[in-house]
Amino acid sequence: MAITTVHDATGRDGPPRGGAPQNRPRRPRRSLLPYLLLAPAVVLELAIHVVPMLVGAWMSLLELTQFHIRDWSTAPFVGTENYRMVLDLDSAAGAELLHSFQVTVLYTVCSVGLSWVLGTTAAVLLQRPFRGRGLLRALFLTPYALPVYTAVITWSFLFQRDNGLVNHVLVDQLQLLGDRPFWLIGDNSFVALLIVSVWRSWPFAFLCVMAGLQNIPADLYEAAAMDGAGFWRRFRSVTLPMLRPVNLVLLLVLFLWTFNDFNTPYVLFGGSAPEQADLVSIHIYRSSFKTWDFGSGSAMSVALLLFLLLVTAGYLLLTNRRRNDA
Amino acid sequence: MSRRRLAILTAAVLAAAPLTACGGSDDPSGGSAKTLTYWASNQGASLEADKQILQPELDRFEQQTGIKVNVEVVPWSDLLNRLLAAATSGQGPDVVNIGNTWSASLQATGAMVEFDDATLAKVGGRDRFVPAALAAAGAPGKPPAAVPLYSLAYALYYNKKAFADAGITTPPTTWEQVAELGRKLTGDGRWGLAVEGANASENAHHAFTFSQQYGGEWFDSAGKPTFDTPQNVAAVKRYVDLMATDKIINPSNAEYAQNQSVSDFANGKAAMLLWQAAGANLKSQNMAADAYGVAPVPFLAAPPAGGRKVNSMVAGINIAVFKHTRNPDAALEFVKFMTSDAEQVTLNKTYGSLPPVTTAASDPAFTAPEQKVLQATLATTAAPLPQVPDESTFETLVGTAIKELFADAASGKPVTEDGVRQKLSKAQQQMR
Repeated sequence: MAITTVHDATGRDGPPRGGAPQNRPRRPRRSLLPYLLLAPAVVLELAIHVVPMLVGAWMSLLELTQFHIRDWSTAPFVGTENYRMVLDLDSAAGAELLHSFQVTVLYTVCSVGLSWVLGTTAAVLLQRPFRGRGLLRALFLTPYALPVYTAVITWSFLFQRDNGLVNHVLVDQLQLLGDRPFWLIGDNSFVALLIVSVWRSWPFAFLCVMAGLQNIPADLYEAAAMDGAGFWRRFRSVTLPMLRPVNLVLLLVLFLWTFNDFNTPYVLFGGSAPEQADLVSIHIYRSSFKTWDFGSGSAMSVALLLFLLLVTAGYLLLTNRRRNDA
Repeated sequence: MSRRRLAILTAAVLAAAPLTACGGSDDPSGGSAKTLTYWASNQGASLEADKQILQPELDRFEQQTGIKVNVEVVPWSDLLNRLLAAATSGQGPDVVNIGNTWSASLQATGAMVEFDDATLAKVGGRDRFVPAALAAAGAPGKPPAAVPLYSLAYALYYNKKAFADAGITTPPTTWEQVAELGRKLTGDGRWGLAVEGANASENAHHAFTFSQQYGGEWFDSAGKPTFDTPQNVAAVKRYVDLMATDKIINPSNAEYAQNQSVSDFANGKAAMLLWQAAGANLKSQNMAADAYGVAPVPFLAAPPAGGRKVNSMVAGINIAVFKHTRNPDAALEFVKFMTSDAEQVTLNKTYGSLPPVTTAASDPAFTAPEQKVLQATLATTAAPLPQVPDESTFETLVGTAIKELFADAASGKPVTEDGVRQKLSKAQQQMR
């Protein structure tokens, strides 16, 4: 932002042609205004994101238990002890964290994948105007517009074994299953969590892809149709490449949101998720808030943050290089 | 990397960050000198019901003293977290209700006003309180971190009609009888017993009682956890076996955590229930007081060596004052009011609990059959949960382990001694 402003100023002050800047000062007087305008955002960013993050990193170096939370200065400094404990795969805590991490990776891959497929399919099918398109669009966006807690609590009612609608439909009405399955405990809890997660996040994918589709010129489709390209061919050779910038950001954002998702499992399972659906966010919450060991909880958080940073940086580098190659 | 990439990466860092920045919530408590904020625990049928029960009493307090009390009823699932956040931040309520089993854990934070003799004198003196109840308000040898407000104990509630229909004349006194009668009572959409299988605290309370009956302890004398001893394994297995092998509990109970077991009992879907002062709750669910009987919680028919005659924890609610309060005198004044004879009779009568205040205990309001059973249990066969700083962690970890065992039992997986031991060992390793 600041750089753009300075550049614009140069453009206005200097001669319209690019050369001969020697007889003028190379840079114009720096104006304070852009920085002043930025200041509130920077202060808020520091206060809301950066400082708590650093505090979290500091906490991970302390033995911050119930004896010390009231006055952190009394908490013993333990260095990397917390990290050694939570990352030691032979210990119970480390093994649990690894399990939880694996569950989360699987959950994220499935949820992001399904959300993207559903969102893209719906957006492409709704690309051409037809009667009722507006209604369908609004309908599809409903899960995204509903408050998270309300929506997920409703899902937890639907998934109840005896009185839930899911079992009522599957067992009583369609008679697909003989025995009433559990959804909120045991093996199915992962599936239940995934369903709710996809239900919540696919409208976002739908929205982004829909916006991306508006930017694809109709000529391209016409040209492709002239060349005899069918629906699939047009989708693969026109739609997908043109959507690439949108998808790049969309997948990254969905990945981070889903990986860090706390509300869905917390509300669905009431704070202590079953092993099969023990996402990292819930696991960290349980480790710090339920067992009052904020040091090890913070250590897990920092480790997770580093992992997400690595993935993100790798993803951006990779997609960047591929684009440069292309 | 282009500037745009860098921008995306920065945004991504910030999107990835919130987990590290978990923090407590602040509570905008009233700053004026004559206002207190009070967090009440959920004792009645609902949060709203509690508010309606408490408000007239708080109004009376304001009339007497000019001190206004803003009450918020906090559900049990949130209460410990909220207390912890308040202890951490030094913000929030002045006076709070706490589960008495958390007393030592919260005491360890140093955030609570200590009731030494001088402070106790301001609320009526040490002798005002039933000794066993006051003993469950902090670690032994230290001034209590709270004073008792409501006393409770577990009892066995049974559906009289279901028992009569099955030809059963007396309630069971041993777990073996519970299993046997439970099998008779199970059928036609009804189950012998209802439990709150996904509620960690409930599970932990039962784990404590069963462990006592098998002669076990969850902490040694130094306060170190001893979760996976043979006695504790046997105790937990006995409890879960009521579903796994005796099959007198509906497998669906494995996902119960919102008092659905009380509803099942009130609606006749279960013939027995283990609960603390369920009367008020059952009444609100339209179960008449003469439709159910109340008996002491059963014992083992043949207790092993070392087994104790304990069939309940000393349950109850304590009232505590945060050190960060700006009005310590007003807060203690409020504690004195809440533990006064008149309030003790009114509130305990409404909630079906017992007054932990000696002068109110003899009131005729507490001679109903249910209260008599609770009184007898508290007087003779109740034991306090270990008052150690790690107690709340024990409830979470062991309670969750049992929740997982119930989930296994519900889905037909065998619950073996080895399996129970593994779960308890794992829970123990998570203690620090």
